[in-house]
Amino acid sequence: MRVIGLETSCDETGVAFYDTERGLLAHALYSQVSLHEDYGGVVPELASRDHVRKTLPLLKQVLSEAGLNRADIDGVAYTAGPGLIGALLVGAAIGRSLAWALGVPAVGVHHMEGHLLAPMLEKNPPAFPFVALLVSGGHTQLMRVDGVGRYTLLGDTLDDAAGEAFDKTAKLLGLGYPGGPALARLAERGDPARFHFPRPMTNRPGLEFSFSGLKTFALTTWQASAGDEQARADIARAFEDAVVDTLAIKCRRALEQTGLVRLVVAGGVSANVGLRTRLQEEAARAGATVYYPRLEFCTDNGAMIAYAGAQRLRAGQAEPLAFTAWPRWPLTELTPLPA
Amino acid sequence: MKLLAIETATEACSAALYLDGALSERYALAPREHARLILPMADELLAEAGLGAAQLDALAFGRGPGAFTGLRIAAGVAQGIAFGADLPVLPVSSLAALAQGMARERGAARVLAAIDARIGEVYWGAYERGGAGLMVLRGEEHVTAPAAVPSPAGADWRGAGSGWAVYGEVLQARLGGQVVEVDAARYPQARDVALLAVAAYGRGEALSAEQAAPVYLRDEVALKAR
Repeated sequence: MRVIGLETSCDETGVAFYDTERGLLAHALYSQVSLHEDYGGVVPELASRDHVRKTLPLLKQVLSEAGLNRADIDGVAYTAGPGLIGALLVGAAIGRSLAWALGVPAVGVHHMEGHLLAPMLEKNPPAFPFVALLVSGGHTQLMRVDGVGRYTLLGDTLDDAAGEAFDKTAKLLGLGYPGGPALARLAERGDPARFHFPRPMTNRPGLEFSFSGLKTFALTTWQASAGDEQARADIARAFEDAVVDTLAIKCRRALEQTGLVRLVVAGGVSANVGLRTRLQEEAARAGATVYYPRLEFCTDNGAMIAYAGAQRLRAGQAEPLAFTAWPRWPLTELTPLPA
Repeated sequence: MKLLAIETATEACSAALYLDGALSERYALAPREHARLILPMADELLAEAGLGAAQLDALAFGRGPGAFTGLRIAAGVAQGIAFGADLPVLPVSSLAALAQGMARERGAARVLAAIDARIGEVYWGAYERGGAGLMVLRGEEHVTAPAAVPSPAGADWRGAGSGWAVYGEVLQARLGGQVVEVDAARYPQARDVALLAVAAYGRGEALSAEQAAPVYLRDEVALKAR
């Protein structure tokens, strides 16, 4: 079965073509980062307008790179939520209508399920069950995953998501937009011994996170410093180390608590090199293996939507003609697929 | 000529099928329900005619101006269908469709079409009947304060659309002497999109699927941080 995946939930337009027999056939991505740069953040209306311009050209590109045409499409998957409602509706409108015109089924995919299953596109995919750390600008969650749609929430953030904390801290340090990756680059030049930030909520049991205090800690440290370039880098480093360490401690705890031996890390922040290194060490100590998507599939992309959609379409799931999008949609409310 | 038209730019949602001069339509006044309604409407019309999307000759959509989300639903659905069924696309002004409806039902020869644009403005266009009974834009489409709409030449104009419902007093004060009738409860409809699109198709104005773009008129939507 060959499935088109459309991702338009935020500020990237992603399109991919996935074959359940042959794997990923082609994928393309357009990032709107430069469009939103001048505004200091994603402008939902501008994001939606851009998705209307970019989706079909990317779809044509993907079909052409796969050496196939529209008649080879057996199903269409689009991100139905969570995300920006106007942006989601563009992908849903195009995806659902494309499927109707082709006479094939369509399915609305949960964006975070896409991220969670993204490592399945790699050569050595993890087997179920596993622990998943979903870490992005909107999410910081630990999940027990027993199969597609069979998710148990183990821990969530009580305030900011990890990626959000990266972006906010970057902003108060005067770094550009998007700040998270800029902060991570700056941290490489920072002295890890100069400042020590707390590891929130690690001194008590449980798998909950809280990152908003770290942002405040970074601010007071920055205000008390000389405000020079080295202080900025040292604070970035101390902040990143604290986030990475906290995530690693909770991941190890989740592995121990569940007795599982596989850890999947997905979402935009999973591209962070420091996090990858640290989790590798932590998992090794716990006798577990870590699985990541390739770097380009850590951030938003169409391939993960095509993959997740293909699993659901193959199980017979399909959307009615009345399409919709869900700006908020808990991952734990998804329909479980039979093991 | 077999053409499917959709219109979702305002509180109204509709689809129409044009089959060699005959028109059938589904219409609902259903704010925020367009995503749920539009494909079932299209599907019913094609099923009644015993047609598949691939047997159509073209796809038309109301390209705006109107509610931004509604315009993107129309453009997105048009792109999806047109690409999937390999059809050319005809974008039609939602103001023109509004004026065409006023001409069809009220025999109006001159229409001042106004769609509520929120934040104290209207989407505005002046239309006069041209050849084959089709409404033709005079001047340009505008997004403007109702007190600043351009005065049309001549008399016997008829007002149509939600802009007249919200800003009727201001518009009457500005143009009262030239306006003989107002239908403020009128919305653009797919059957009128279809009529205008068939003519545009004949003029060779069809586009490819990825060129199906909304016309927002209002392009200042965010303030730059620096």
